[in-house]
Amino acid sequence: MSTANAILTVRGLRKYFPIKGGILGRTVKNVHAVDGVNLEVFEGETLGVVGESGCGKSTTARLLMHLIEPDEGALYFDGKLVGSPELPLKDYRRQVQMVFQDSYSSLNPRLTIEDNIAFGAKVHGTPAREALERTHDLLNRVGLDPVRFAGRYPHELSGGQRQRVNIARALALRPRVIILDEAVSALDKSVEAQVLNLLADLKEEFGLTYVFISHDLNVVRFVSDRVMVMYLGQVAEIGDADALYADPLHPYSRALLSSMPSMDPDNRTMEPALTGDPPNPIDPPSGCRFHTRCPVVSPICSGAEPALTQRAAKHLVACHAHDPASGYSAPSPKEAAE
Amino acid sequence: MTAPFLSIKNLGVTFTGGTRPVRAVNDVSLDIAEGEAVALIGESGSGKSVTMRAVMRLNPEKRSKLDGQILVGGRDVMGMNARQLSSFRGGEAAMIFQEPLLALDPVYSLGDQIVESIRRHETVSRDAARARALELFEQVRIPSAKSRLDNYPHEMSGGMRQRAMIALALACRPKLLLADEPTTALDATVQIQVLLLLRELQRELGLSILFVTHDIGAAIEVADRIAVMYAGQIVEQASARDLIRSPRHPYTLGLLKSRAHDAMVKGTKLDAIPGAPPDLANLPAGCPFAPRCFLADAGCKAGPIAMQDLGPGHQARCRRLDQTALQDVG
Ligand SMILES: Nc1ncnc2c1ncn2[C@@H]1O[C@H](COP(=O)(O)OP(=O)(O)OP(=O)(O)O)[C@@H](O)[C@H]1O
Ligand SMILES: Nc1ncnc2c1ncn2[C@@H]1O[C@H](COP(=O)(O)OP(=O)(O)OP(=O)(O)O)[C@@H](O)[C@H]1O
Ligand code: SF4
Ligand code: SF4
Ligand SMILES: [Mg+2]
Ligand SMILES: [Mg+2]
Repeated sequence: MSTANAILTVRGLRKYFPIKGGILGRTVKNVHAVDGVNLEVFEGETLGVVGESGCGKSTTARLLMHLIEPDEGALYFDGKLVGSPELPLKDYRRQVQMVFQDSYSSLNPRLTIEDNIAFGAKVHGTPAREALERTHDLLNRVGLDPVRFAGRYPHELSGGQRQRVNIARALALRPRVIILDEAVSALDKSVEAQVLNLLADLKEEFGLTYVFISHDLNVVRFVSDRVMVMYLGQVAEIGDADALYADPLHPYSRALLSSMPSMDPDNRTMEPALTGDPPNPIDPPSGCRFHTRCPVVSPICSGAEPALTQRAAKHLVACHAHDPASGYSAPSPKEAAE
Repeated sequence: MTAPFLSIKNLGVTFTGGTRPVRAVNDVSLDIAEGEAVALIGESGSGKSVTMRAVMRLNPEKRSKLDGQILVGGRDVMGMNARQLSSFRGGEAAMIFQEPLLALDPVYSLGDQIVESIRRHETVSRDAARARALELFEQVRIPSAKSRLDNYPHEMSGGMRQRAMIALALACRPKLLLADEPTTALDATVQIQVLLLLRELQRELGLSILFVTHDIGAAIEVADRIAVMYAGQIVEQASARDLIRSPRHPYTLGLLKSRAHDAMVKGTKLDAIPGAPPDLANLPAGCPFAPRCFLADAGCKAGPIAMQDLGPGHQARCRRLDQTALQDVG
């Protein structure tokens, strides 16, 4: 795959969270939150990210933002190594912004909405008056009338109103990349539509690139050029949104996509597509991490880890079933049904 | 017909802490029968959470004013004193939230929290309470329930934590379960498991469920009836089937049309309802949706709009419903 127009490139990203124990508080175990992620985000695209709760989406996002240090791996922006003399962290941070999943945690409870939004821009040197004008313009654009909302405090807003303040705050710095972590999940469908339309307009206006993390599979399909499916700290599959939705290659992606709620009151879902519990990220399964729940598991799957490999045009998947050389043998239909 | 288990009549909630009073809930009436599940959907900021919190009396008492009436199992919630309230909360009625980490205590194991909750409401031995905790974990289908009782909240995955919170909510055999966006933070595979669980509990325990969501698919999976809120009011309610197939209030029509769905062409604009909701501190005299409504006329702005009956269990708060009978929502 060409990396010519990759705005963000991630190589071998790994993050373990230590769990301390014993009287000495030594690290006894690690949560394998992100475990060997390679990824390109192309300039001007929207990359959708989906996957099980706890599979490492937010951790990946925080690593991309450089809010936490990776244990291993490197991050390049415009081909320059982030944190090197060529691209110091401070310069990088202005260009990449994030809307956090938890709408409370990223707002200062003692500042008004207006000050919360203008704060970052002022820190980065925008004159106060200009920062304020931009803030009011942004509040209008996310559908919150500044006359009513600018002077309020975060706890005086509903969940969806707070999330829109967060979107305005991220936009205030005019970044080139915005990482949106469940940014619209707290909104009703009509406000969500307004915000998604706004994001599309801004993308066009400023040539923005988005990384869009969400549990709403309909929304991800609609906004994304490409979609990445994660499972237990790793990339299971990545490809063009339409191709991936039409023909998911990884068995986990298939289970995920067939778990979408029925929209027909006379035809409700009777059985979940995926049962069993997600494995423990402290001690992930050997071989393919999905083998403990995979409906088409074969003996090879618990032994060898499948590599993320291109299997169709611009479509990569990490699964032995798609690798003719892996020694994978499909279970008979009877076994698969069990 | 038997009396509804939850009966909300003309509920009003006004926040009085700011410079001007905010009318967050305005004349809401809603009944839920025993064993019935009702989903509350609608605009962000329209008063769904505040309505739900009013049923538990969880809005800040000093900075808000309640009017109307709330009956749960025939008991008047607004008249309860502190002692009655604390046995009511977690006893007859229990609530679950979007973010279980905020509701669970991080320093106690889940088992201990459930035991604690049971013993706060009933005089039973520690062992008996522990046995009930195990039963509850099995009921909400937590795998290896026995060893999981000793887990702390942070040691569980998001979906398991949500189930543990449901188990905690069920600890004292409530008859009414209030759920505020219980699956918003979950991925689709876990969401459907939790929705199916709620449906089973409704059937097996005869629970009445009031459940807030933005996900219309989730509402359809669980709810017998759906109520739609806008600017502090219920603007339409009907059986799930009628609401999805033949919505009549202009706001409901707009809400259903604005969804991104699989038939959509990428790059097209979503059909958002233009404009913004009214200022709850300065509500208009007439229909609060009028400034955004494609059917609004002078009469809509003149005064309050009454709820109209459209058929069995189907009502909408609009004076031009004759105009919406044939709307196509795609
Ligand atoms: N600070 C931390 N300390 C220890 N473990 C952590 C920490 N942050 C995250 N984890 C763990 O790392 C894993 C990945 O978490 P992360 O928040 O990235 O998941 P996610 O994919 O964003 O999930 P969700 O969809 O529920 O938001 C989880 O098992 C989580 O419990
Ligand atoms: N403590 C408070 N003081 C003043 N106003 C408040 C307070 N709590 C909520 N509100 C206002 O009351 C209105 C209703 O809020 P509520 O949280 O019920 O909305 P909601 O329908 O649950 O929205 P969402 O879908 O975004 O969660 C909102 O406009 C909110 O700004
Ligand atoms: S590698 Fe094996 S276990 Fe893993 S997803 Fe593919 S078939 Fe299933
Ligand atoms: S009453 Fe009038 S303004 Fe209100 S929803 Fe009906 S037609 Fe629209
Ligand atoms: Mg997350
Ligand atoms: Mg709410």
